[in-house]
Amino acid sequence: MSEIELTQMKMEGRLSRPSTPSRARTNRAAQRTFFIITLVPVVLIIIVATALVVRAYPILNSYSFSELLFGDIWRPNDGQFGFRPFILGTLWVTTVGVLLAVPPCLLVSVYLAEYAHNRLRTIAKPILDVLAAIPPVVYGVWGLLSIVPFVDDVLAPLSERWLGSIPFLAVTQPTGFGILAGGIVLAVMIAPLIISVIFEVLSTVPNDLRHAALAVGATQWQTIRTIVLPQVLPGIVAAIVLGASRALGETIAVLMVVGNVPQIPTSVFDTAYPLPALIANNYGEMMSIPLYDAALLGAALVLLVVILIFNILSTLVLQRFLRRS
Amino acid sequence: MNNTHIQVNNLNAYYGKQHALKDINIEIPKNQITVIMGPSGCGKTTLLKTFNRFFELTEDVKLTGEVLVDGENIYDPAVDVTEVRKVVGLLAQRPSPLPMSIYDNVVYGMRIHQMKKERAEYKKSVRHYLEIAGLWEEVQKRMHDPATSLSIGQQQRLCLARGLAVEPEIILGDEPTSALDPISSQNIESRLIELKKDYTIVIVTHTLRQAKRLADHVIYMYLGEVAEAGPAHDVFNNPKHERTKQYLEGLF
Amino acid sequence: MRFKKKHSERRHIVELSIKIIMWLALLIVAGALGLILWTIISRGLPSLSWEMVSQVPKGGYYMGKGGGILNAIIGSAYLATGGTFLAMLLSVPIALYLKAYLGKSRWGEYVRLSLDVLWGIPSIVYGAFGFALMILLGMRASLLAGIIVLALVELPIMTRAMDEVIRRMPADLEHAALALGSTKFEVAMNVVTRQMLPGIITAILLAFGRGIGDAASVLFTAGYTDRITTSLMNPTASLPLAVFFQLGSPYPEVRERGYAAALILTIIVLLVSFGSRWLSARLNRYSIK
Repeated sequence: MSEIELTQMKMEGRLSRPSTPSRARTNRAAQRTFFIITLVPVVLIIIVATALVVRAYPILNSYSFSELLFGDIWRPNDGQFGFRPFILGTLWVTTVGVLLAVPPCLLVSVYLAEYAHNRLRTIAKPILDVLAAIPPVVYGVWGLLSIVPFVDDVLAPLSERWLGSIPFLAVTQPTGFGILAGGIVLAVMIAPLIISVIFEVLSTVPNDLRHAALAVGATQWQTIRTIVLPQVLPGIVAAIVLGASRALGETIAVLMVVGNVPQIPTSVFDTAYPLPALIANNYGEMMSIPLYDAALLGAALVLLVVILIFNILSTLVLQRFLRRS
Repeated sequence: MNNTHIQVNNLNAYYGKQHALKDINIEIPKNQITVIMGPSGCGKTTLLKTFNRFFELTEDVKLTGEVLVDGENIYDPAVDVTEVRKVVGLLAQRPSPLPMSIYDNVVYGMRIHQMKKERAEYKKSVRHYLEIAGLWEEVQKRMHDPATSLSIGQQQRLCLARGLAVEPEIILGDEPTSALDPISSQNIESRLIELKKDYTIVIVTHTLRQAKRLADHVIYMYLGEVAEAGPAHDVFNNPKHERTKQYLEGLF
Repeated sequence: MRFKKKHSERRHIVELSIKIIMWLALLIVAGALGLILWTIISRGLPSLSWEMVSQVPKGGYYMGKGGGILNAIIGSAYLATGGTFLAMLLSVPIALYLKAYLGKSRWGEYVRLSLDVLWGIPSIVYGAFGFALMILLGMRASLLAGIIVLALVELPIMTRAMDEVIRRMPADLEHAALALGSTKFEVAMNVVTRQMLPGIITAILLAFGRGIGDAASVLFTAGYTDRITTSLMNPTASLPLAVFFQLGSPYPEVRERGYAAALILTIIVLLVSFGSRWLSARLNRYSIK
């Protein structure tokens, strides 16, 4: 509580001591109410986690951790709850999405921060805003109508012809639905977030440093590569991790294009069944089979824990960066 | 005429709609210290920045006219800015050590321009330029410490060494001592006086006393125009313009 | 001509190539947006009709017979409005408190961190959480449950967006008010709210846009029905789910209407997005910058 007391002491500084008693009372009452309201976000995280733990407890109680996390078989009717295909499916889709998103995002944010004129920046911002505003289900429709056929008609034949011998790129699946389609859709969905965070991070580099390099005759790219990027590397990594955590939890859009077959993926053309899709697809019958609801809420819990870790780490790094400016 | 190192012809510069430099025509002599002075906001720094093409780093700027270095217009479209900046070095107002070691700071420009082939050559040059900047004695035992661990005055001498290492012919100084303590300032000033036998030096300053200590040649600016320019003793002892006179008397 | 650019030098080639690659990346990102919009418009437009937005599903609608998705449009409007309103009740005071009392204090940073973390929690987890709560309370899927879960999804977005704008408020204005003898509460209520109105409205619209498009959170909690909801305790349809369900149909006509529903949703979201931009630009004229 000492942290809180300290803050309260700070709040009651000299400036906030008003002249009339009634106004002082209002001020103090408002302070207390306001203060309690700020507890909401902090408490909310705890409540969400607790509720999921409580609801998932039955399954954590009946099976060992390794049975759940590393079990391969998912047959709720027979009481078999192996999460491994779903966990691997999530990792595959997220990894492909992030790998596809990072290079263009990095290039775009560096361009916007280092090269572009203000005019281009004012055009770019609404584009990113709109990309961020498009609802997941619309991304899903787009994926279904454009990306799945694109994978099927263009990427799969290409890969079959040239890259089929590389294990991760073997074409296994003749419909276009799968990890690659999910990854492409995810990449576009997380792009605005990654771009704007990296842009913010780049803007924290003082111009003096850039000028110091330019003054000895470095080209702009030499300046960026040798001075700017090394300075902000942790921030860039944090931005990517933040994007990855967004991708981990994305549900509807991925669900619509990824195929939803619980298997251990071996190629980007395989179908997969990520955790969020598992939860969303089965909420209907989860109350009718024993432990099913606990298993699905357990899946949500796994997702929450991984995302919380990703999020807290990246946010701490970014806060340090952005506060410095 | 062959003594002129930088020649400015009909130079006009604009920040957006603001006319910052108005029809500048000056000549800057070789191997001398030229001091640009004038009240704040008169365009001193802007003029200086046109000499190494730093002016264009600000957005929404426009420039007409020419700046000739050794008779070659550095604003010609075919010109390589980085070559210009290699020949025309800059000592910034605040020391700006790069976030790397002392050694790497000095080597930075040489590596960028791939000026040496072997490690040993780089090492030799680093020592050479740190000696010229009067910093060698103080840092020779801590070459791989971060440059930010130096004092502000040392940092500025490090920046001088870093600038000299790419073998420029002209050194620009944008109030290079204004962030420093008096002893460090004096140290920098004496370096500059030593350096003028090999380099052409152009300094912007807002302190009249510093101008009098350093200047061989003076450019006095007022509201974006060159009010007076000439050899230092002429301008200081016998100013032709009323504005210059008032400034020298300390009226503003 | 010693300053003349030697284009064959390696570093100039690198500089040029990097710039070209960056331009390509920029084109890819902008192109992706163009492609999405083009796909949604070109596939959605043919099935879009007045009937779709003015009627509820008739019998046999899901086998390609007549009717529309008015139930989902109204349902989404209820859900997003309710969720936004609920989120607002919390986020306005939090944002003001962060500004007026906490500033850059340690506790303020914790609150911001927790908001950022909440922001990162995916809506499917909020949905699952809402579902867990509903079982606990013996509640059924309903408009109210959907509103509450959407409020949770929107809260961090709205608060952080407000906080970002409010943080940029000039400190001297606040100090001037304090110097005149106002209490911090009065400062918060008068100066901060009035100055920050554009920012607050932008944040609210941003959260509304997010809320109306979110599917994963309402999937468990709001249910789906073909009627227009009249009670908070009844289930309600929503646009994102209307899209989602219709796309899963084996009937091509139904899928086509799913595309049209996606177009309607996109139009609404874009209108909200541009509306907030326009509004904040307009309102900004009345505040001191």
